[in-house]
Amino acid sequence: MIEIRDLHKYFGALHVLKGIDLEVQKGEVLSVIGASGSGKSTLLYCINGLEVIQQGSVAVDETDVHAKGTDINKLRQKLGMVFQQWNSFPHLTALENVALAPKIVKGKSRAEAREIAAKQLAHVGLGEKLDVYPSALSGGQQQRLAIARALAMEPEYMLFDEATSALDPELVGEVLDTMRLLAEEGMTMICVTHEMGFARDVSDRVAFFHQGVMEEIGPPEQIFGNAKSEHTRKFLANVR
Amino acid sequence: MEPTLTFFSGFGVNDLWFLGEAALRTMWISVLSISLGTVIGVLFGWLLYEGKLTAALTVAPVLDVFRSVPLIIQLVLFYNFAPIVGLNLDAFASGVVILTIYTAALVANVARGGIEAVDTSMRRAARSLGMTYWQDLRHVVLPIGGRAVFPAWVGVALGVMKDSALVSVLGYVELLKASQILITRTQEPFLILSVAGAFYFALSYPISRYAASLEKRWAQ
Repeated sequence: MIEIRDLHKYFGALHVLKGIDLEVQKGEVLSVIGASGSGKSTLLYCINGLEVIQQGSVAVDETDVHAKGTDINKLRQKLGMVFQQWNSFPHLTALENVALAPKIVKGKSRAEAREIAAKQLAHVGLGEKLDVYPSALSGGQQQRLAIARALAMEPEYMLFDEATSALDPELVGEVLDTMRLLAEEGMTMICVTHEMGFARDVSDRVAFFHQGVMEEIGPPEQIFGNAKSEHTRKFLANVR
Repeated sequence: MEPTLTFFSGFGVNDLWFLGEAALRTMWISVLSISLGTVIGVLFGWLLYEGKLTAALTVAPVLDVFRSVPLIIQLVLFYNFAPIVGLNLDAFASGVVILTIYTAALVANVARGGIEAVDTSMRRAARSLGMTYWQDLRHVVLPIGGRAVFPAWVGVALGVMKDSALVSVLGYVELLKASQILITRTQEPFLILSVAGAFYFALSYPISRYAASLEKRWAQ
C-alpha cells in the first residue's frame, strides 16, 4: 500500500503540492488527471523519492520513502516508473536495455537477466525486436520498451507519468493497450494521464488535481458523470 | 690537396632509425600524458559538474590558467622552478607532468560537457530502476556522454600529441628535437622536417581513422 500524508512540495517559492492525503491499495489502478502544472507529475516523483519533500510523509508498504535511513535504491525496485520521454538507453539493444538493471542492481547472472528481459519484451509485444537498437524503434515501441524495462525489476507498483503525451497520436493506442494489459493482470498502478478514455475505462479510482490540491477523488463514474467540484467539471468540459 | 675537414654529412639510413626512435619517444610521452590527463580530467570534469559552486571557485580558475598560458611557457617555468621547491625532475618527467595537467585542463571541460549531454530525464529513469548514483554514472552517463564528446576528446588527444613537440625545449629527444639535431649536422632542413612531419602524420592518422570508424559504428 502507498500512503501519502499531508504532503507538501515546494520548488523554491512555488508551492506545488499543498497537503496531499492519499492511499493506494494493492491491486488498485488510480488515474490522476488535471491541468498541466497542477502537481500531478510531481506527486509521482515524490512517491519514488526522485524529488525531496518539504512536509508530510510518503510510505510504501510501511517504509517511509523520505526517511534518512531508508535504502531508496532498494525501495525503488518495488516502484517501476515510466516517463513521458521514453529514455531508452541509446547505446544498448532492446534486450540489453531491459537486462541492464536486473544484472547490475539485482545481481542476476547475464543469462538470467537476458531471459527475464526476453520474457518482458515479449510481454509488451516486442518479442521480435530483441536485438534492435532504440534508434530503429518507433516512439510507441520505445515506450513499450520502457515499460518492459521497468517490469523486469518485478515491481509491485507501476507509476506512469504521462506515458503517452509525447507520442504521435497513432502510436498512443499500442501503449495504452499495454497499460490496460498490466491493469488486467492486477498490477497496482498510478497513472498520471491526459487520456480520459483510459482513465474512465481502466481505473478503479480517478483523482483530479487542481493547483496543487487534490480536489476530488472517486470512482470514474463519479468523476466523469457527477463531479462534485466545480473545477473538475470545468476541466472535463474543456478536455472533451 | 689535403681533404677539407667537414662538419656536415648527408642524411643516411641510420638517421631514419634515429628519427624512428624519436617518434617512439613522442608516442610514449604522449600516450602517458594523454592517459593520465584524461583520467584526471574526467575527475575534474565531474567535480565541475557536480561540485558546482565549490569547484567553480577552486578547480575552474586553476584549469583556466593551464588552458590559457602557452604550453611552452609552462614547460620552461616548471622545468626551471621545480628544483627550487625540491623537485628534481628530468626533461621527460617534467614534460609528462605539464602535458598531463594541460591535457587534464582540456579534458575537464570535455568531460563536463559529456555529463551535461545526458538528459536529466534519462538519469532519473536509470535511478528509478534502483540504480545507485555510481551505477548511473558508470552504466548510463559514461557510455552515453562519452560517445557524445568522443570526437572532442580525440581532438584534444591529437592536439596534445602534436604539442608534445614543445618538450624539445627541455632537451628531451623526441621527434622535433631529433630533427633539430639532424638538421644541424646535415644542413638539410627541408628533407628532415618533411620526414619528421611524415612521422607525426603516421602517428595521428591511424588514431583519427580508428576514431572515425568507432563513431560510425556507434551511429549504427
